[in-house]
Amino acid sequence: MNVDITIKIAGEAGQGLQTMGQLLAKAFSRAGWCVFANQVLQSRIRGGHNWFQIRIADSPVTAHSDATDILIALDDESAYHTGELSESSITVLDSSLITYNPERGLILDIPFEKTAKESGGNKLMGNAVALGAVLGILEYDINILFGLLREGFQDKNPEVVQANIQAVQAGYNLACRKIKGNKFSPLNRTNGAAKMLINASEAIALGALAAGCKFISAYPMSPSTGIMTYLASKAKEFNLIVEQSEDEIASINMALGASYAGVRAMTATSGGGFALMVEGLSLSAMTETPVVIVDAQRPGPATGLPTRTAQEDLEYVIYSGGGEFPRAVVAPLSIEDAFYLTFKAFNLADKYQIPVIILSDQLLADSYVTVDSFDVESLKIERHILSDEQLKDIKDYKRYRITESGISPRALPGNPYGLVVADSDEHDEEGHITEDVDWTRPEMVKKRNRKTAGLLKEMSAPIRYGPAEAKNILIGWGSSYGALKEAVDILNLEKEKVSLAHFNQVWPLNKEYFGFLDTAEFVCVAENNFRGQFAHLITAQTGKVIPNRINKFNGLAFTAQEIVEEYKKLKCAF
Amino acid sequence: MSDLNTFGKFETAWCPGCGDFGILEALKDALVKLNLEPHKIVLVSGIGQAAKLPHYLYGNVFNGLHGRAIPAATGIKMANNKLAVLVTSGDGDIYGEGGNHLIHAIRRNINITVIVHNNQVYALTKGQASPTSDLGYVTKVQPQGVIDEPIHPLTMAIALGAGFAARGFAGDKEHLSLMIQEGVKHQGLAIIDVLQWCVTFNKKNNFAWYKKRVYKLGPEYDSCDKTKALEKSMEWGDRIPLGIIYKNGRSSFEESYGLPKDKALVDEEIEPGKVSLALKEFL
Repeated sequence: MNVDITIKIAGEAGQGLQTMGQLLAKAFSRAGWCVFANQVLQSRIRGGHNWFQIRIADSPVTAHSDATDILIALDDESAYHTGELSESSITVLDSSLITYNPERGLILDIPFEKTAKESGGNKLMGNAVALGAVLGILEYDINILFGLLREGFQDKNPEVVQANIQAVQAGYNLACRKIKGNKFSPLNRTNGAAKMLINASEAIALGALAAGCKFISAYPMSPSTGIMTYLASKAKEFNLIVEQSEDEIASINMALGASYAGVRAMTATSGGGFALMVEGLSLSAMTETPVVIVDAQRPGPATGLPTRTAQEDLEYVIYSGGGEFPRAVVAPLSIEDAFYLTFKAFNLADKYQIPVIILSDQLLADSYVTVDSFDVESLKIERHILSDEQLKDIKDYKRYRITESGISPRALPGNPYGLVVADSDEHDEEGHITEDVDWTRPEMVKKRNRKTAGLLKEMSAPIRYGPAEAKNILIGWGSSYGALKEAVDILNLEKEKVSLAHFNQVWPLNKEYFGFLDTAEFVCVAENNFRGQFAHLITAQTGKVIPNRINKFNGLAFTAQEIVEEYKKLKCAF
Repeated sequence: MSDLNTFGKFETAWCPGCGDFGILEALKDALVKLNLEPHKIVLVSGIGQAAKLPHYLYGNVFNGLHGRAIPAATGIKMANNKLAVLVTSGDGDIYGEGGNHLIHAIRRNINITVIVHNNQVYALTKGQASPTSDLGYVTKVQPQGVIDEPIHPLTMAIALGAGFAARGFAGDKEHLSLMIQEGVKHQGLAIIDVLQWCVTFNKKNNFAWYKKRVYKLGPEYDSCDKTKALEKSMEWGDRIPLGIIYKNGRSSFEESYGLPKDKALVDEEIEPGKVSLALKEFL
């Protein structure tokens, strides 16, 4: 990577960090730069200390960096980031608002509000001045930002848009004048065609739309709400129902009702809301009604840290629900992956008539990344529903017919050839309540659980990254892929031969995918949780205990540098 | 054309003499008079003796979780508005475990018919108080008698803005059938509270107790007057009114949301190609 710059906008909630951050991130993605951006925030509407970080590079980046090159400090608590600065970093601040002195790197002191007013705007446009200053430091094409302002605020008064543009220009001019010969190579070029800038909530929602999902019922809960929000914005265009339900119990039961009636249906929540859905999860299994559930994880237990990230719900989503039944759990390893895995989740749910859980998290939900595009054309929707023509030829239709695969023929209510009876009680092949413990009950249990054999074959092998001959192996799952992959790069550059085995389809877990454990010398599992839940699953499936663990559970995502350090410590002690 | 035989005759798990039989017969009669065939209906229930009703006639069935019949029925109706969706469950299921759903379903006003078998007792779990048990009602779990004020379901429904709130009696099949027919025809959520005796566990509110008290609202009663309806819904004790207590013409969920009348969501085309256009907005 020749270009790898991290810009951080730090301040209080309500100061416009997100708007600024998104504009800036898009200004770079539009010129083809690779961007990874995310927001670290407290669960409050105003105040506190939050930041929006943007990493810009000339090749794909999938995690944030520990270092900060340019810091826009909007409050005194931005001093928190001083340790991330180097001698060549630049802090952009307004000394009339900030009382601390970064004491490291360069300082670009610009009176944001005063400059905004002098350029013909009002003091609310101070943020525009700051954005202009960042682009000035990088000598970046300012017209791209002007274009974004015009598009984004097209509903607003054109005079307001023009004043913002002038404020950006004023900030840009000041930065160019004040910071000469900074270390950053000028970004006065493009890096290829414009890229999409997207977060996982949007990617999951788009995956659902591509899969023909027609129904989402959900209750707002960070960090899952973005999925429902995006789908609501597309409801008219895609003929879909978006229903904000009274609670998560209603969410899943509505989704199951809709799915029973034949539309692809989903719900989305976080750990606490998933708890309320658990009985519905087992209803999905018992009535063999497909449903897709997104658990965007936050650190728990209980309310936990609503706006932070974790991988703490793995064992919970795998084992929850009364009784024994098959389910599938996928854990996107990137925002792009979230799109494709969501599509796959709907196909799996329909094919096996089971609940499928998408285990996302706050890191994915609130991060923006650049993607060239999604390959929509190659995706194929597979519903596995009997048509009226097929039903006509079935003499004696039974919704829960005992079959070898465990999958029974699925018809929809309303067809004139076979009634569709679903029951949360144990039921006979027609779906009617039964207490026959001699034959029906055991045969139904076996039938439902037979689906696991087929499902196991559907779950893809882990992504392998790094030198194939490496005897040192890092294991990860889900959203930590970006940081782990980068850690592998760093370690290999330092002559430590290590490769990564990263899982994005975590349940059911095929033990055949762990052959690499037989020849590995040093294995280490990295997870965003305290107890090493994926390591437990590996032991349960393979009988092998992996004592080397890297666990982070403070609510923040891994960085590559952290993984490298922890890896080295473990390796030293090995 | 359907007739009573269309909906079949099944062996039940109900006690002999249970009020549920009257409700089942009234429902079948209503379905015949509405000219609905089994494949055009979905009977949705939760858990309890009342919730077993869908298994005792031909129809599509979604016998879901305790208290969750209404959200499941809501999803079914949203996905396919060509189906007649009827909830049949008990007072514990709808007013107790599922109380929150009832509140919000009334606000939402989806076009379903909710028939509540209200026998003022939890029978399947062997005789505990229900949300509608009378004050002082003694059970093994409430040995000092019920001290919680009972829910007044129709008063609550009217206060929440219900478009159709009626009361029937399991002992008057003809009238109950009429209530169900009107409920199904109503565009929006219709709630029908059905008074029902329990031969095994409710020795107080038995058939004779209800029979002595119920009376039918006459043609002079104006069911469109909300204030009077609220008052009428609170009448309980020596005299209990039966009939459509309140109705209005507020828009159903389907109308407010703008769902097409002639096409069910499940029949809508799926156009994944449109996603490619949506992707361009992220550039």
